[in-house]
Order: sequence, then structure tokens, then C-alpha cells
Amino acid sequence: MENQKTIVIAALVENKPGVLHSVANLFRRRNFNIESITVGHTEQKGITRMTITVSGDEKTLEQVTKQMNKLIDVIKVTSLEPENIVTRELALIKVSAPDAKTRSDIINCVEVFRGHIIDVSPETLMTEITGTPDKIEAFLNLMKPYGIMELARTGLTALSRGIKSIKIDE
Amino acid sequence: MSTTKMTGANALLEALEKQGVKHVFGILGGAILPVYDALCHHPKIRHILARHEQGAAHAADGYARASGRPGVCFATSGPGATNLVTGIANAYMDSSPVIAITGQVPSAGVNSSYMIGKDAFQEADIIGITTPITKYNHQVRSAAEIPQTVNAAFYIATTGRPGPVLIDVPKNVQSETAEIHFNGPIDIRGYRPPGNPHPLQIRKAAELLLDAERPVILAGGGVITANATDELLTIAELLLAPVATTFMGKGAMPEIHPLSIGNIGMHGNPLANKLLLEADVLLAVGTRFADRATGNLDTFCPEAKKIHVDIDAAEIGKNIEVDVPIVADAKQALIAIYERLIQQAKKKNDTPWLQRVKTAKTQLNPPEKAETTELKPKQLLQVLRKLLPEDAIVTTEVGQNQMWSALYFKALKPRTFISSGGLGTMGFGFPAAIGAKTACPNRHVVDIAGDGSFIMTEQELACSVLEDIPVTVIVLNNGVLGMVAQWQRMFYKKRYMAVKLGKSPDFVKLAEAYGAQGFHVQSTTEFEKAVKAALKNTVTTVIDVPINSEEDVVPMVPPGCGLNQQVGDY
Ligand SMILES: Cc1ncc(C[n+]2csc(CCOP(=O)(O)OP(=O)(O)O)c2C)c(N)n1
Repeated sequence: MENQKTIVIAALVENKPGVLHSVANLFRRRNFNIESITVGHTEQKGITRMTITVSGDEKTLEQVTKQMNKLIDVIKVTSLEPENIVTRELALIKVSAPDAKTRSDIINCVEVFRGHIIDVSPETLMTEITGTPDKIEAFLNLMKPYGIMELARTGLTALSRGIKSIKIDE
Repeated sequence: MSTTKMTGANALLEALEKQGVKHVFGILGGAILPVYDALCHHPKIRHILARHEQGAAHAADGYARASGRPGVCFATSGPGATNLVTGIANAYMDSSPVIAITGQVPSAGVNSSYMIGKDAFQEADIIGITTPITKYNHQVRSAAEIPQTVNAAFYIATTGRPGPVLIDVPKNVQSETAEIHFNGPIDIRGYRPPGNPHPLQIRKAAELLLDAERPVILAGGGVITANATDELLTIAELLLAPVATTFMGKGAMPEIHPLSIGNIGMHGNPLANKLLLEADVLLAVGTRFADRATGNLDTFCPEAKKIHVDIDAAEIGKNIEVDVPIVADAKQALIAIYERLIQQAKKKNDTPWLQRVKTAKTQLNPPEKAETTELKPKQLLQVLRKLLPEDAIVTTEVGQNQMWSALYFKALKPRTFISSGGLGTMGFGFPAAIGAKTACPNRHVVDIAGDGSFIMTEQELACSVLEDIPVTVIVLNNGVLGMVAQWQRMFYKKRYMAVKLGKSPDFVKLAEAYGAQGFHVQSTTEFEKAVKAALKNTVTTVIDVPINSEEDVVPMVPPGCGLNQQVGDY
């Protein structure tokens, strides 16, 4: 579709049962397209941070933040400016590595991408790699010929650069 | 802060009482027994026993819409709670402050015999079920948190854009005793209803309105909710701007006022649909530009600069693009706009636009005349208007009866026309009438019904008779599910399927079976007599009015068309 954009939304929400349900429900009900969502504690007690990657046209994306703002347990919602944020994702990748040649090839790639080998078995290597989604894609493309046996990605998380933050005044 | 030792159930009722609750509609069951037991000690709260939880929820909704104060309903866990769902969804769509309180299976107990999450008898995940249809919902975990939760529920339900809130109370929480204190502050950090309108936007709005040659005001339900009808009228009279209403806004403008042009929309008044499209500046207040109101958006006010006032920021830009967005309470915004306007505007006596409005009115809304002695909906509703006092409250069911009422029954005051707009719930009107009558016992309340809709909640006749809450039901009896029959006639080449209701039941006998009174009428004169009798009656009255089963609601904007493509005469 034309005019499609992808944006990253950071939301601070109450650390309460049911909040994830309300947010997920809102996205389903209003036909918003979640590409990834990550959830975790923040430096502030009782507050959870959700980082949501959504795609859609301009109007839909405006509705996403407005509708999220209406949820009572959502304290603050910001659409992060792409040019002003650092984004990271973590991936664990299990690759088939039955012989010494394959192993050393894979280890070379991992070093170039500044990843780590975190598990070794006679037939496999497990790699941990952190970076922007693009970097992870690039690494996965390199690994494909060896045979990716299992892949787990965390989804994207992000923070604004510099002094800017979405912290809540207490 | 002083605390008192009491049970969760008593804390709940005490908190409701402190919120000014005098009436509760509900049906009890196992999981809410402690609350009902505590009701014995709370004589100030009157419990009204509905005969179906849907009826209780609609009654609470009707109570809220008629009075502007939140309506409260109770239900037990499981099926009691799920029976409330239609009523809650209905309140949500029409932004009505309903507080629903449900019992729930125990969340803790002796020997860790808690039941939540274990598919216990009559367990339903009512929090999960109602998440998308409530403004907020919450399951309390301890008796101590009940007063805070109740206070927050009322605050959330009644401020900002109002809406239903559900509180789920596990049975053990109702019975447990705790130190309770009532006056804790409400601080919900994720909820800040909009404050004053932005001065810059107000200035822009005023400038547009001052320069307008053909201003039109569109008033939605938000104007009624905000009690801003006087402010609306003042601006309309200053600018000599005609006022159209959305379906939910009916009553925001006295419909006999020279500047009133009626409802817009699919079954709107042709006068409103026509003049709205001629506007060069549109001031829309408290409306969400619903699809049934705007018709095809491509032809909706193409030439007008649009000012949109709404308390819900998400409504701005959701359905249509606007030139001046104002996020604020309708009353605050209208006062601010007026204060700007009055600095420059001189009160006018006449404008070319006013002349246009007058001419269009005589063409499109010719004066009423009694055309026939046949029982025709238009005429019946005009007669009804003459018989009812100004402040009488009319509720409607859904379908043709509802659209005829919107077209031909002139609302003269806010909160006197109560109908299910967003969800279009058949069966809403009658229990809502009971709720409205409970809130306004000294006024007449009339439900204008279709035979199909009335049957959906007719069991509440028992409630209205035994609780002594007399209302009048006028059944426009066409023997069919009229509105869908009309669509089959118009858009499915008269292939009628599953719309025939026949002559069952006999509504007079039905009324009598419940201890209410019933009248069959055969002519307009008999209709008048029956209505007069009903207004004198101290018991609920059902008036059965046979009408032609093939009568269409016209004018109509066919689905997918613009408001300029309306067919049929008013
Ligand atoms: C609960 C519910 N079920 C189904 C519908 C779909 N529907 C809309 S109008 C209508 C017919 C209403 O018939 P009746 O109450 O007799 O009113 P009439 O249109 O004949 O005035 C139906 C079935 C609805 N709006 N609500």
C-alpha cells in the first residue's frame, strides 16, 4: 500500500494486571498493525514501558497514539522521532554447524557483526546478536545458507537520544 | 484519616451512597449475595428488580441520559454479568455514564480454595469480555480498595467523554472485613480530562464564523452531555446560523425554533441535509461524524471550512479532516467562542442566508396538516407531540419507529429524546423509559416502539408494574421487523425473508397479563383518547397502534450515497 510508514511508539503504563490485554485489544479492535511489541520494567516503580512498532498510513498512526492515550492505565504515549532515537533488537539464532570449516566460517561472521557464540554442541552453534533490525536481517541472510534451526527475536526496543525522555514527573 | 471497620459489601454501598446514588437496577445471584444482604442496612438506596440484566443495564442508561447523573446496575457473576453486555456496549457507543457492578467467584478463601481462573461455577471473565466496551473496568482484590475504586469509577464515567465503567467484586472481597476509609483523593495519573479550549483555536474559530456568509452549526450528543444547549442557542442567534443536529444531538436545539433545521443523516430532515451542504463555515460541536450522520464523506460539506469541537481528541481527524480543531468540553468551548464573537459581532436582524433558510423551510418542511384519518406514523407522532407536555421524555426502540420519531416528533428540550444511536439496540427503549421515569418521577415518559423491539425486553412490564414506575408504550404495530423489511423491499427486490411477525402477541392481553393496562386503537381519535388516558393512568399503559406493514421511512439517503442524494419527501 502507498503512504505506509512504520513508527515506534513508547508508552509508559501502569504495572497492573490487564494492561497488556487492553493495549493488545485496542490494536486488534481498531485494525492497527503491530509489527513488534516489547514490554519491561522502567527505572520508575510501578511503571512499565511498552515499545511498539506499528505500520500504517499517516491517519492511522495518529489514531494509534490518540486511542492509546484514552486507555486509563496508559500514562503517557509518545511517537518517537526516527532520526532521534536509538533502536535495538536482540536475536538468538541456532545454526547447523556439523564440521570444523562451517564452524570457523560462522564464528568469523559473528565477530564481524560483534555477536557472541553462547552455546556449542556437536551439531550446532547458538549466536546472540544485538543491533538494529536491519543489522539482524543482514546477519540472518548470512546464516541462511548454513541452515537456521531456530530463531528467537525480542522485537525492537528504543530510547530517545540525549537529554530527552518521556519520564513521568513524580 | 479516620477509618471504620466494615465488610466489603457495606463499603461498596456506603461509597455508592456517598456518590449520591439513590437507585440501583439489578438482579441478584450467588456471587453477589453479600452485597444484597448489605442492602438490607442501606434503606437510602432503592433497589429496583429488573427481570433480565439487559433491562437493568438499559434502565441505568436511561436514568443517566434523562438526569445527567450516572445510572447504576448490579448483576451476579457469569450469566448475570454476560447478560449486561449488550447494555454496556450500548452505553459505550452513546457515551453514557453507566456504573455496572458485578459479583465474581471468590479470588481467595480458606485453604486456598480460590476459584478465579479455575472455571468455577458461574465464572465468566467479565473484565476480559468488557474491556473493549467500557471506558474503564477493574476487579477489586480487597475490601480496602473498594471506596477508592468506586470514587474513581464515578470520576471516570462522568468526566471527559462519559462512558460505562464496570467493577467486578469477588465474593470473598464482599464478605471480608477491613479497615475502610472513604475520603482518599482520586489521582489517576493516566487520566486527565481536557481542560480549557486553546485560545488560538478559539480565535481562529471566531474569525471564521465572523467572516462566514453561510454558517451552519451541527450539534451532536456532546452538546447535551455538556449541558451546553443555552450557549449553543446564544451563538446561533447571534450569528443567525441555522442549527442542525445529529441523531444523538436531537433535543440540543428546540425543534420549533426558527433556526432549527432538524437532524442530518440517512433518515435526516431534507432541510438539514440540504442546508448543511451549502455551508461555507461549519461549526460542529460534540459529534463524531458518524457514518449514518454524514453519508458518503466525499460529498460532505465540500465547500465549508470546518471547526470541530470535541472533548475526545481521538475524534478530531478520525472521520473527517477539519480546519480548526478544538479539544474541550462543549460548554467551555462555546462560551469561549461566544466571548470572542461578541467583541466584534453586532446582533443582526436579517441576512440573505437567513432568508435562504426561511424559504428552504417552507419548501422542504411544509406546515403540518392532518392529511388523513388513517393511522400514519408521521401524523401519530405530530399528534403525540401536541398531547405531551414540553418536558415529557420520549424513548424509542430501534428500526422504523425510531427513525419516524427522529423525523417527526419534535424534541423541545435536551434529554427528552432518548434512543440507542450508536449500537442500535432493539429492546433499549422500554427499560430505558423505566430508568428515565425513575430519575424523573414527575414527568411523563413514553416509549415509541416497534412490535419486534418491544418483545425483546417486554418482560420489564413486570418490573414497571410491581415497582410502580408507570410509563407509556406506544407500539407502532406493523406485524413485521419493519426496517429490515424496508431494506429487503428496496435493496433485495422484495425477497422478504424472516421479517414477518404476524399478530402475535396480542399486546393488550400481554399488558394485562402483567397487570398493566392496554388499549387497541383504530383511528387517530382513538389514539388521542388512549394517550390522554395513559397520561392520567398510574399504571403502565401499552397502546397498540396497527399501521401499514409496507410503510417506508422516507426521506432516505441510500447507503453509500451522499446527503445530497436523499430520496423521498418529508
Ligand atoms: C438486538 C437487535 N437485533 C437485530 C437488529 C436488526 N434490526 C434493525 S431494525 C430491525 C427491525 C425492528 O423491528 P420493529 O421493532 O418491529 O420496528 P419497526 O422497524 O417495524 O418499526 C431489526 C431486526 C437490531 N437493530 N438489534
